[in-house]
Amino acid sequence: MKSHALIAIAIATNLALAGCDSIPARVLDEGDQTQLQKRSYQSRVFDTADKQMTMRTVIATLQDLDFVIDKADLTLGTVSATKFNRYVLKMTVSVRPRGTKQMLVRANAQFGIRPVEDPKPYQDFFASLEKAMFLTAQAVE
Amino acid sequence: MKKLVAVFIVLSLVGCQTFPPDALVAGPDQLQRRQLETRKYTGVKEADLLAASSNVLQDMGFNLEESETNLGLITAGKTREAASTGEIIGKVIIAAFTGIAIPWGVAQNIRVSLVIRPNPQAKAADEYLVRATFQRVVKQSNGSFLMETLKEPELYQKFFERLSKAVFIEGQTI
Repeated sequence: MKSHALIAIAIATNLALAGCDSIPARVLDEGDQTQLQKRSYQSRVFDTADKQMTMRTVIATLQDLDFVIDKADLTLGTVSATKFNRYVLKMTVSVRPRGTKQMLVRANAQFGIRPVEDPKPYQDFFASLEKAMFLTAQAVE
Repeated sequence: MKKLVAVFIVLSLVGCQTFPPDALVAGPDQLQRRQLETRKYTGVKEADLLAASSNVLQDMGFNLEESETNLGLITAGKTREAASTGEIIGKVIIAAFTGIAIPWGVAQNIRVSLVIRPNPQAKAADEYLVRATFQRVVKQSNGSFLMETLKEPELYQKFFERLSKAVFIEGQTI
């Protein structure tokens, strides 16, 4: 029985530790998804040339979703925000011109100590943003 | 065998907190929160509102952390004691009688982010919405952290009263 218990603990520990990838893999966030896949569910295009208005709307949308804005930079087009709700959810949203008539909005999120890699939360975020923008969020081809 | 299964389950769950499905969905209390945290100011320049806001936050002892005036954003923070002496004594007495230790807050980091934006539904050009959100991170006596967004209406009322006085304009609720 004693050896059984030891083996079980060893297996369980192994399973708990599995997924602890190498440092470069963690830094680069190399998951199962390609960069292209991530970009496609994390990005939307809006038919507006107004970067400032787009960014102000992104900020208001994040506030509506209970985020507190940590920092923003108009030149760089980035907004970072944190939500505390028994969990910590961090988000960075970037806004950059796409051609002369469109804005590309990209979001990435971190939940606790993990990246959010499910497309659904991003769809939810863009659904709120779309309403606040009074413009349709178009998928990036 | 049951014990082994239990150990196995516990170990495989460590570090796994599942993503709440509604984390990025607009909740039912969204409008109420927006109203609580927002006031409308008419007949004032955005830059003046921003300067007055930063003054009021300084009056409240906050240190400015970040700002982006082009987007009407200020974030500020301060560290303060978290628990009153009474609260600590109360919790120590409970622990003495029941043997259950309840942690109390040792220190708290209070943060605020304040955003000004032109009212999208404005009739006049010089109408702005000011939205402030307060958060706190409390370090507990047992070393853990408690994080929360502050929702006390009194806090927001008092903050906006001070801001209204600073700009000599009464902030309207939305």
